[in-house]
Amino acid sequence: MNIIKNRYLYFLISLLVIVPGVIFMAMHWINTKEGPLSLGIDFRGGSLLEVQFAGKLPSIADIQTIYGQFQSTTGQSLSDMLIQPLGTDSYSITSKQIDDATKGKIVAALEAKTGSTVTVQNFTSVSASVGAEVTNAAGFAILMAALAILIYIWYAFREVEHPIRYGTAAIIAMLHDVFVVLGVEAMLGYFLGWEADALFLTAVLTVIGFSVHDTIVVFDRIRENANIYRRVEYEKMVNHSIVQTLDRSINTQLTVMFTLFALALFGGDTIRHFVIILLVGIFSGTYSSIFNASPILVVWENKEWKNWFKRKETATA
Amino acid sequence: MNRSRNTWLIVMIVVLIAFSLWVDLSKNITIQNPLNNTSLVNRNTDIQLGLDLRGGLQTLLQADVADCASVKAADLETTRTILQNRANALGVSEITMQTAGNCRIVAEFPGVTNPEQVVAALQQTALLEFIDAGDTPLTVGTKVETDYGKSAAATQPTATPETAAATPSATASATPAATAAPAPTVYHTVMTGAALSTVAVQVGTKPGTYEISFTLKPDSTQLFADYTSTHIGKILAIVLDKSVISSPSIQSAITGGTGSITGSFTSAEANSLAVQLRYGSLPVPVKVVESQTVGATLGEDSVRKSLTAGAIGLAVVILFMALYYRLPGIVADLALVTYALISFMLFKMIPITLSLPGIAGFILSIGMAVDANVLIFERLKEELRAGRTLSQAIDLGWSRAWPSIRDSNSSTLITCLILYIFGNSFGASMVKGFSINLALGVVVSLFTAIIVTRTYLHLVLDNLKLGEHPRWFGL
Repeated sequence: MNIIKNRYLYFLISLLVIVPGVIFMAMHWINTKEGPLSLGIDFRGGSLLEVQFAGKLPSIADIQTIYGQFQSTTGQSLSDMLIQPLGTDSYSITSKQIDDATKGKIVAALEAKTGSTVTVQNFTSVSASVGAEVTNAAGFAILMAALAILIYIWYAFREVEHPIRYGTAAIIAMLHDVFVVLGVEAMLGYFLGWEADALFLTAVLTVIGFSVHDTIVVFDRIRENANIYRRVEYEKMVNHSIVQTLDRSINTQLTVMFTLFALALFGGDTIRHFVIILLVGIFSGTYSSIFNASPILVVWENKEWKNWFKRKETATA
Repeated sequence: MNRSRNTWLIVMIVVLIAFSLWVDLSKNITIQNPLNNTSLVNRNTDIQLGLDLRGGLQTLLQADVADCASVKAADLETTRTILQNRANALGVSEITMQTAGNCRIVAEFPGVTNPEQVVAALQQTALLEFIDAGDTPLTVGTKVETDYGKSAAATQPTATPETAAATPSATASATPAATAAPAPTVYHTVMTGAALSTVAVQVGTKPGTYEISFTLKPDSTQLFADYTSTHIGKILAIVLDKSVISSPSIQSAITGGTGSITGSFTSAEANSLAVQLRYGSLPVPVKVVESQTVGATLGEDSVRKSLTAGAIGLAVVILFMALYYRLPGIVADLALVTYALISFMLFKMIPITLSLPGIAGFILSIGMAVDANVLIFERLKEELRAGRTLSQAIDLGWSRAWPSIRDSNSSTLITCLILYIFGNSFGASMVKGFSINLALGVVVSLFTAIIVTRTYLHLVLDNLKLGEHPRWFGL
């Protein structure tokens, strides 16, 4: 099995997944001027009210009328809200931020309107300033994690030649996975209306952890083989290391995916979005550790970018 | 591996499993001292469920100030204590309140059914005042107007002459609002709750009554001494948020900075008054910036579903390991069950609150626990193919797999640490819960993969002499 030989094919496959995602993110940014992803209220602020009705349900127009009578915490009108039916007896209503007192009044008004008992299944209210702060901090947390991991790998591989290459390649593979996940989220956001919430952030951070975890196992084998096969060409030695760790990479991925599939199928609606993003990320993490991280080491070793724009046919061969 | 060392490890593991099972299966653990029958250990080991699983209210409060950095950590901590006391007074059980970052407090109220009232109670900025009520005691509960906060306005040139004049006259001859009073009386505020240093409840001179003793902060002692020496026999009413809570009279000059409030208080009344005196005002004003309420039924549903999912996931993994890795796989499965028992025990003992992302983190850590075993078994197979004896192969497999297990898990722990810091400083308890569970899972999985699986495998091989069956190892 020669994975290294076809490295540019695998890079191409990665691009084929990432580029459409980036296009969707750019489209969202241009259309909404808000950013690459539709963000949930955790990040942009607002309120989410999930109410269940025992008995008669109000119409969407009824809910709009009732919301129209109240104001957000900043004194704005609540007219632009999103009302989605949940199952047969519940509604999910996303609006500008309202406080608990207003929520109580809205629930009372809904009860008065329909005559049914209204149960609040979930009420979340986040102020816009906190949301913006959390978004910035999340970006910062991802950068810090990347930096800390880069330094750790640099240190752990200090005895091989060019340890910084290993750290950098692991970070590139990790960014690959982050982009895959963000791209998929942007696409799902476009088609299914999914919004990135705090759980999505947790999923991204998990994917980062898993991706690096996976890459390090392959790199560890390269580190070990570099000492054993001193006379073997770098390219062959790296390929041999990938093949040796292939069983483990696939098996580990399978076991994690088994549990995630179980969570996706039986874990309920609350975490399904989270689990699907994790599934995509874990798959991408294994792919990138096999097909991107180690091939990048070879590209770097051969300094292949010198030939990229000279003779394309040999580079892709 | 050394045989006696292995025996010693087996004993340790058995003890650990027995302890874990005991904790896992009981809701409360007690250890009695056989000598005098006192209990040495009495811990509630019921599993703690997060709000998203059991239903309840979570709020994120933030200091209502322009600059977060100006909030002192000690003041925020005092605010937290005061809010905790106010919340306890509402009768909600198992409240947790923690400061998060510079100027935030996360408050969790499991199982509340009236989130609106709870939030309202938290946000009230209680102001405690001692007012000069003249000669007539005020009825408890009377709403009064005081000049506190207005004196600053009165000194401003824009203030109307009437307001400025009303204050001193009220001080001179304060009378409780007459039935047909044309204008509400504005009482003079002698001092606020900020002047109190300590407050305690003590038994009163009359049997069955209680009184409240207090000491004043040094800078208020002189002021209070001057005031009380000139107002003996007058009423010094105590007002919380402009509502009279007590109306004691000054019986003697208080010059030493200590005093007591006497009256026919019962023990409960005296205690609640003491709490109000102690925690009357918040050193930092707060506002609710985030609030989440989860209904109990949604929570129950989530628990049931994620437990089912976890059990199915675990079963599939166990089956896969046994089929693919044969004998070592079955041994790894036993180690995995050990891992689950120990982790669950730690969740209960530490204790760690289980939330939905927390459970997801734990399930992910099962995957990583398996990974360590997979790494070891792949190496074990390689060593067996290279012609090593079983016992050698086991030990070599472990030592060769160790660097990659160490480095990969270290990177996961680094990510967990950063997630924890992020979650902690923003009061994002979901992210925090996830990182704690994943980190705990990684640490326990390292222990089970390195110590437990290896010991089990040696135990099976050394005692049952199965070394001559390569197929049992999937070779």
